[in-house]
Amino acid sequence: MSMTTIIDSAVVFLPLLGAALAGGVALCNPQNTVTPAQAGVPFSFKLNWIPAFAGMTKEKRDVFAGLLTSLLMLIAAALAVFIFVDVAFGEGGARTHVLAPWFAMGGVKANWALRFDTLTAIMVMVVTGISAMVHLYAVTYMKGDKGVVRFMAYLSLFTFFMLMLVSADNLLQMFFGWEGVGLCSYLLIGYWYEKPAASCAGMKAFWVNRIGDFGFLLGIFGCYQLFGSLDFDVIFKNAPQVVGQTYVMGDRSCCALTAVCLLLFVGAMGKSAQLGLHVWLPDAMEGPTPVSALIHAATMVTAGVFMVARLSPLFEYAPAALAVIAIVGAVTAVVAASIGLTQFDIKRVIAYSTMSQLGTMFFAAGVSAYGASIFHLATHAFFKALLFLAAGSVIHAMSGEQDMRKMGGLWRKMPVTYALMWIGSLALAGIGIEGVFGFAGFYSKDMILEAAYAHGSWYGRVAYGLGLMAAFMTAFYSWRLIVLTFHGAARYDKHTAAHVHESSWWLLGPLVPLALGAVFAGFVGHDWFASAPDGAFWRGALVALHGHEGAVVPEVAKLAPLALALLGMGLSGWLYARRPDIPAVMAVRLGALYRLVFNKYYFDEVYERLFVRPLPKLGAFFWHKGDEAVIDRFGPDGVSAVAQGLGARARCWQTGYAFHYAFVMALALAAMVAWAMVRVW
Amino acid sequence: MTSILFALPEITVALAAMALLLIGAFRGDKAGGLVTSAAVVSLLAAAALVALGRESGVALYGMFAVDDYRRFVKVMLLIAAAGSLVLAPVFFGGQKSGLKPEYPVLVMLATLGMMLMISAHDWIALYVALELQNLGLYVLTAFQREEKRSSEAGLKYFMLSAFSSAIMLFGLSLLYGFAGGTGFDVMAHTLAQGQAMPIGLVVGLVFVMAGFALKVSAAPFHMWTPDVYEGAPLPVTAFLAAAPKIAALALLAVVLGVPLIAAASVWQPVLMALAVASMALGSFAGLLQKNIKRLMAYSAIANVGTMLVGLAALDPVAGGMSVEGLQGVLIYLAVYFVATLGVFGVVAGLRQGEALVESVDDLAGLSQAHPWLSLVLAAMLFSLAGVPPLAGFFGKYFVLLAAVKAGLWPLALIGVLASVVAAGYYLRIVKIMYFDKGSGSVLTSPRSYAHNCGLALATLFVVLFVLWPSPVIEGAHQAVERLLVP
Repeated sequence: MSMTTIIDSAVVFLPLLGAALAGGVALCNPQNTVTPAQAGVPFSFKLNWIPAFAGMTKEKRDVFAGLLTSLLMLIAAALAVFIFVDVAFGEGGARTHVLAPWFAMGGVKANWALRFDTLTAIMVMVVTGISAMVHLYAVTYMKGDKGVVRFMAYLSLFTFFMLMLVSADNLLQMFFGWEGVGLCSYLLIGYWYEKPAASCAGMKAFWVNRIGDFGFLLGIFGCYQLFGSLDFDVIFKNAPQVVGQTYVMGDRSCCALTAVCLLLFVGAMGKSAQLGLHVWLPDAMEGPTPVSALIHAATMVTAGVFMVARLSPLFEYAPAALAVIAIVGAVTAVVAASIGLTQFDIKRVIAYSTMSQLGTMFFAAGVSAYGASIFHLATHAFFKALLFLAAGSVIHAMSGEQDMRKMGGLWRKMPVTYALMWIGSLALAGIGIEGVFGFAGFYSKDMILEAAYAHGSWYGRVAYGLGLMAAFMTAFYSWRLIVLTFHGAARYDKHTAAHVHESSWWLLGPLVPLALGAVFAGFVGHDWFASAPDGAFWRGALVALHGHEGAVVPEVAKLAPLALALLGMGLSGWLYARRPDIPAVMAVRLGALYRLVFNKYYFDEVYERLFVRPLPKLGAFFWHKGDEAVIDRFGPDGVSAVAQGLGARARCWQTGYAFHYAFVMALALAAMVAWAMVRVW
Repeated sequence: MTSILFALPEITVALAAMALLLIGAFRGDKAGGLVTSAAVVSLLAAAALVALGRESGVALYGMFAVDDYRRFVKVMLLIAAAGSLVLAPVFFGGQKSGLKPEYPVLVMLATLGMMLMISAHDWIALYVALELQNLGLYVLTAFQREEKRSSEAGLKYFMLSAFSSAIMLFGLSLLYGFAGGTGFDVMAHTLAQGQAMPIGLVVGLVFVMAGFALKVSAAPFHMWTPDVYEGAPLPVTAFLAAAPKIAALALLAVVLGVPLIAAASVWQPVLMALAVASMALGSFAGLLQKNIKRLMAYSAIANVGTMLVGLAALDPVAGGMSVEGLQGVLIYLAVYFVATLGVFGVVAGLRQGEALVESVDDLAGLSQAHPWLSLVLAAMLFSLAGVPPLAGFFGKYFVLLAAVKAGLWPLALIGVLASVVAAGYYLRIVKIMYFDKGSGSVLTSPRSYAHNCGLALATLFVVLFVLWPSPVIEGAHQAVERLLVP
């Protein structure tokens, strides 16, 4: 086993080790602590015979498990940087390690394998880096909660599954990671399972993701049907050959590859919360803040974007599917941003911002700018994690209050958090000066918008237009958040006021690397990510059939996003700081439109009417009329009565007398000899 | 390699058994725990020795064969024997008699007999090895001799087994008369001449199969099984359910697949009849059982029936025994013995007050008293019922798939139906322990660390098999290919 294999495997499996160790600690039952049932584990498992665990208090155990998982994650993150440098710039280049055969059944073969190319290396670096910071943050943030160890174990497991997903070299292993991420999101969103809202949000996330997963699964079946293999290498190599194939249904036919790509995209829509399957994302705020940061920045929602980029050699041959992706992404970007304008829950604003930014990444992929899409994914990971964790710091200081109407004037009391929030918002809004310096989002968002403009297709232009609107709204709601939270008069009660304080450096410390990333990631990376897919950086990890190099983007189109962002920032600052009466008046004047947006376009209500309520009725019909009245009556109930009768008959023979048994044996022997003779002659 | 070294694992087990017997003799009954631990270690060491072997060949004057197939089966056997020994201290510790040092020694000697059976390459070797394991098993069954049920079971087992041994020996003498020699090679060679099959050969072959049928408890030679399983002390039942099944089925496969392959037209219909009878009887008769050990006896009968389907599958092209069928049987054996030991492992530790838990209904409320244990038991039962993605599913899948490929789809169909019926009694236990209210008396579960580790390993195997099945699946494939494809 070579050194690279060991290092590459270590990055993926260290988080799993962390999860297992923390899980082991969670199962052990230290002294003077809650009972296993209260701790959320179904059984206790005494590890007190290990000297280190004997007599350990709950607090010590929590910190121990937290620091252990954080340490493993930090090691993984450090190794990930090393791998990234090696894969993207070094001699190493892309490589695949086959760890073990998984199974071979019929024609389906699958290996456990790790595929490290530039795309994977970037994802691994982002995922482990963000996750390490979130782990460190969570050690302090979750202090005193009764299931901290379980929480840390879930966080590590979440990261492991995401790493499995991004390092897969076949669709099946990717699906393994995909489902694992879904499972962990369910566990973490519903972490406070005694709270009905959290429990419901967990289930909602799981169900909505099941719908997407179903599409993904059908897409995988389609790939197998088209290519006869699930390995990426085979699929990518043969993608050009299947272009002409069609699926025929009755007298209609459709392009097979487009259909498969659209099905795969349905999976991506579920995980990445695109319009239609996005309803779980805002509710996922019910989980603890570190979970929100992890879901929104590193794991889970980026999986869909990654999948489209990973399968770019496939999607490139299905232009119709790409058009759909671009339009869905662009519409999501605008719709989500508009909802963000009206929300008052600090975490929800950021959640809708994530959804909007994911839409941006998707339309970048739709116009074949996969590099820009991944670039935005990476920069977004930094500033979104920063924004969430800073919001967590605010919530922590406000004793759990999340409504911005009950905040205000906090900047004097928590200057560091305030500064960090500014940095995050500047990066999110994409502020910068062309050719000099810009915050992370400036480079990635501009790259996407320019690519959309330069693509030349109608949907490229539509996406560009919608993207500009989204950019304006993004800046607007970001400063609305800052002003409402940190400026103006304090609107919280005296009881809360007594506790408002700047968070400790244990909490703020992990934000510093994230802030550095939010400031510098774009400046450092934009040349790499903008390079050609088959060039020196990407080394063929992405495929784009039509380059944009030749297209000329007018200066106006380049400057428009920045101008709109500055406009949104200024307008929002003026409105909420100087004239807070105007937004209230506008909300009343716009009436129906405002209510539509404020109620998130009534997606939840419509789904409730269309699916959530009718389905149980349909189920009840099949249950009572179909299952009980027909199938059970003639099937299981009837058959089992017969089976039990036969059983009783067989039992009569079992007399307990040895000579009866011997007699049966002798008879059987005679019968067997006779039977053999009949068959032979 | 000199020929005696082929038998190094067997020699190790034999010497260890002698040494432990001496320790037991000198230190008396209080050495029971020590001797048991030492026996587990030496069995596992022998398993390691087997696994490390690479060379194949025939040794000891043509009596003793070693190859990949034998190694694979022996490793399973030794793990099963060690696993059943792990249950012993907890069980006997709660009994008046305590854990006597003879117990592990007898288990080792019976295991030695089984190892020799697996390696048999000659009818005489086969018979002697069979009797060695039988002797051990008789004594083990009657081990709690002051208990009426245990001694009755021992006597019953002895009588019926002796009866079948006589039948088998008679069959073997007929085979010898036909071939003119006792070696497997002679048999294969003579049969391959291609002459018409004399009636003596047919009768002899069927007699030998009848002997095997009793060993693997295939219906209608199964009748001793429920009584003996119920009467024997629980660790002995666990041992009986795992180890002899592995040895006898593996040996039956060798006998039918190698020296007697040319007589497939005789043994295939007989085997199919045994398989159908076992599957049908095992699954239906188990439905009404109240005693867990009796229930596991019927489970054994049904599972053996399914495995016989795999042995009955012939390669449609080459005409020999189907590689996939026998591979399926080995996989089936591996997942079956682990799940069976797991079930007994959970039950072995349970007490209701002072009394042993033997009735299915006693498990009511187990999930509240011991959630961790019930989880293990549920995993084992779901695996036995063949619910994917647990290990048990793959055993059934490979065996029945091979049967379909060999054209035996009616048998495969019966196999599927039988496992549906049998699922009824496995899942009934799960229902009782999770949904029925306990009687109020407290279920206690004293267990040793080794016991816990064994249960944990078995559970991990059953649950995680799907993630990394290739060692078993590929290992079985290679083993079988070496045996069947010359």
